[in-house]
Amino acid sequence: MFKNTDRFAYYLMILPGLLLLFAFTFVPLFYSVIAFQRFNPALGVTGSPWVGLDNILFMFTLRDARQVFFNTVFIASMKIVFMLLTAVIFALLLNEVRVLTIRRSIQTMVYLPHFLSWVILAGILRTILARDGMVNNFLGLFGIGPIYFLGQPNLFPWVIIFSDVWKEFGFEAIVFLAALTAIDPTLYEVAELDGANRFQKMWYISIPGIAPVIVLVGSLSIGNILNAGFDQIFNLYSPIVYSTGDIIDTYVYRIGLIQGQYSLGTAVGLFKTVVALILIGISYWIAGRYANYRIF
Amino acid sequence: MLARSRADRILDWIITILLLMVGISTLLPLLNTLAISLSDRAAVSGGMVGLWPVGFNLNAYAYILQDEKFWRAFGVSLWRVAVGGALNFALAVLTAFPLSRTARAFPGRDFFMWLFVFGMILNVGIVPWYLTIAGYGLIDNLWALVLHGAVPIWNVIILMNFFRNIPRELEEAARIDGAGPWQLLWSIYLPTSLPALATITLFSIVGHWNSFFDGLILMNNPNNYPLQTYIQQLVIADRPALHGGQARLLAELSNATLNAAKLFVAMIPILLIYPFLQRYFVRGIMLGAVKE
Repeated sequence: MFKNTDRFAYYLMILPGLLLLFAFTFVPLFYSVIAFQRFNPALGVTGSPWVGLDNILFMFTLRDARQVFFNTVFIASMKIVFMLLTAVIFALLLNEVRVLTIRRSIQTMVYLPHFLSWVILAGILRTILARDGMVNNFLGLFGIGPIYFLGQPNLFPWVIIFSDVWKEFGFEAIVFLAALTAIDPTLYEVAELDGANRFQKMWYISIPGIAPVIVLVGSLSIGNILNAGFDQIFNLYSPIVYSTGDIIDTYVYRIGLIQGQYSLGTAVGLFKTVVALILIGISYWIAGRYANYRIF
Repeated sequence: MLARSRADRILDWIITILLLMVGISTLLPLLNTLAISLSDRAAVSGGMVGLWPVGFNLNAYAYILQDEKFWRAFGVSLWRVAVGGALNFALAVLTAFPLSRTARAFPGRDFFMWLFVFGMILNVGIVPWYLTIAGYGLIDNLWALVLHGAVPIWNVIILMNFFRNIPRELEEAARIDGAGPWQLLWSIYLPTSLPALATITLFSIVGHWNSFFDGLILMNNPNNYPLQTYIQQLVIADRPALHGGQARLLAELSNATLNAAKLFVAMIPILLIYPFLQRYFVRGIMLGAVKE
């Protein structure tokens, strides 16, 4: 049944993928050893002097690094919370819209930003949030502002959080909408016979019906707690808001590639990688345990 | 079904109108950009443009039509979508098929599967990644843009799950006729997986069209920039600490109308395929959630 020629074909098929995986994912892993060196591009990985844990220890003494870690966790976790809330509420409300064409139109509108890059959206946000942009013009009607949304450290993280919600909430709602349509309609009919009003049906049937999916999405997002959104922040931040808006990924990019502190940049990146792997492990474990989730 | 009360119907309308407003306001920033791109420069700098063009004209678009750098970047993006998309497609199919076999039919299957999943989760950081690609001598080589993400592991998982749900009877019938793995893949699995293949292809196209960062750090010569990188440098060039002097090179045209027009033109390909995106991306999300 299982012929050797078949096996040979399978190995042949998987070979190109394996080679590329090795070349672009595992080779960088070898390069990560420069976190334990004082890396000099002229000497290369083999020639640069080893310094043990110096870079890692040095990283922990940097005030910047601690601030950046805090910013990352703060922005990422607020994004998770507000995204989940918005997407769930949106899905619950959309589920109440009975006219199918209206429902489709709303979905068409809110999914669109998901497909646009942060470069484009940042360009747009910079325009509408500018001093003379659409938002400040609108606020001006009420005598508010102008507010410099992208230049004030106390506001910047919230601009990041809510603009991310704007881009993705519609798309995030898809899984909840699917879960809502999977709820047995007879449950609602029985509830109606018992005299349940709309809110009660939502509270006692819809929400419990999608609770497993909420748990699943919530637990999978634990793995993202160190990903505050590089593309987004990179295209919206500026030195004025580094104090609250700089995150691990942007920090690593600046110190590692722009300033050329390769070893320190790698050390910070490696630290993130290790913590992220642990978090992803935990999140998959929780998702598997409580929501019966398996990626393959 | 009981007759619905009047209050209930009013609530229906309130919810519908509320959500329509949410939907429309999601699009307001895009409409504002479009209006600015079609407006008079003076009106724009006076902050007079809302959702409707003021002093309607197509000057910005006429300018873009003649802008060689813009179209060069556009071309690089099209190239990477075509070549990168094709590579992603071929590698997703070739990798997913053996992984969809049982561990008995394909010894090592579980090991390879873990290797790919580990590779997907593992993110070593930007510095070693850059040094690796620089080590291959791929800086300023367009192939770097399509090779570094050539194996789309998430797509592999989607496709593998899809392959596994194809009825075994189809395969067994072909087996009896003497089909080997290559024929099975070509004449059974690919034709029955068209929706999944469409989904992963669209994932790749959007991914390639939208990525800017690899272009920024792997290409030193602005002539090699894909469109998103070009726009990123242009629109966001008012930042001082950018990548060397590249920002300056492209900063010559920083006026709001023109920038808005460029943003909009860069959106057009996505808008053109949007009907397909909506359909297949939604499906893709569901496919990704399929369990064994």
